[in-house]
Amino acid sequence: MNTDELTTLTSNKIVDARGTACPGPLLAAKKAIGEINSGEIMEIYSSDEGTKNDIPRWCQKMSHEFLGIVEEPSYSRLFLRKA
Amino acid sequence: MDLLLNEQLEELKKRFDNLEKGTKDQISVVVFSGDLDKLLAAMIIATGAAAYDMKVKMFFTFWGTAALRDPRKSVKGKDFMGTMFGWMLPRGSGKVKLSKMNMCGMGTAMIKGIMKKNNVASLDELIKIAGEMGVEIALCEMSMNLMGFKREEMIDYPHMTVCGVATFLSDAAESKVQLFI
Repeated sequence: MNTDELTTLTSNKIVDARGTACPGPLLAAKKAIGEINSGEIMEIYSSDEGTKNDIPRWCQKMSHEFLGIVEEPSYSRLFLRKA
Repeated sequence: MDLLLNEQLEELKKRFDNLEKGTKDQISVVVFSGDLDKLLAAMIIATGAAAYDMKVKMFFTFWGTAALRDPRKSVKGKDFMGTMFGWMLPRGSGKVKLSKMNMCGMGTAMIKGIMKKNNVASLDELIKIAGEMGVEIALCEMSMNLMGFKREEMIDYPHMTVCGVATFLSDAAESKVQLFI
């Protein structure tokens, strides 16, 4: 999805992992994904550059659908749909 | 002819079953080092793998075992050597040092400061998270005996056992990833 499409999404869950370093955002995502249902959308805030590579790979492994990234001035918003 | 085909089919089935049972989505990590930096690497990989829904088995041996001592616990009845080792080796994850640039503890203190500033989880926190995520820790019995450590002086960890090399080997043989740190 492109940025415009992503920003119109309403997330069922927002995980704010800004400020934490590896493996913080990944562990936060893992914890939070258990709290939503299949097909729901989760959004992860991260200021850690590596997360942008890590979360898509993690989604692939866990068969969640990675939807895309929206860049904000000091952090990124990563969207995914739970499998 | 049919008989031969059936036989071959059976053989193939058997092999396939063995393959399926062969490797699990599992990682085995030997933690040999007792250095802060290497322990951090081991715990980050372990918790990361747990987030990947992999089964994680850690084997603490030699210097690694000292990092799992609980500084609040003390045990009586150690022999002279055990007492000496206990006194010389670090008492738990808060006391381990960097493998390089320790500089009489200055380097270790500095890296801990920087880690805090960058919000990197401490070794202690990572061990706690690992416990919550179901990471299994096995302690090498031989190392514990050598260093005079007793099970009672180790941290309260939800999935901790004492084992020997055979346990490691059988788990490692079933793992997709094996690491020695």
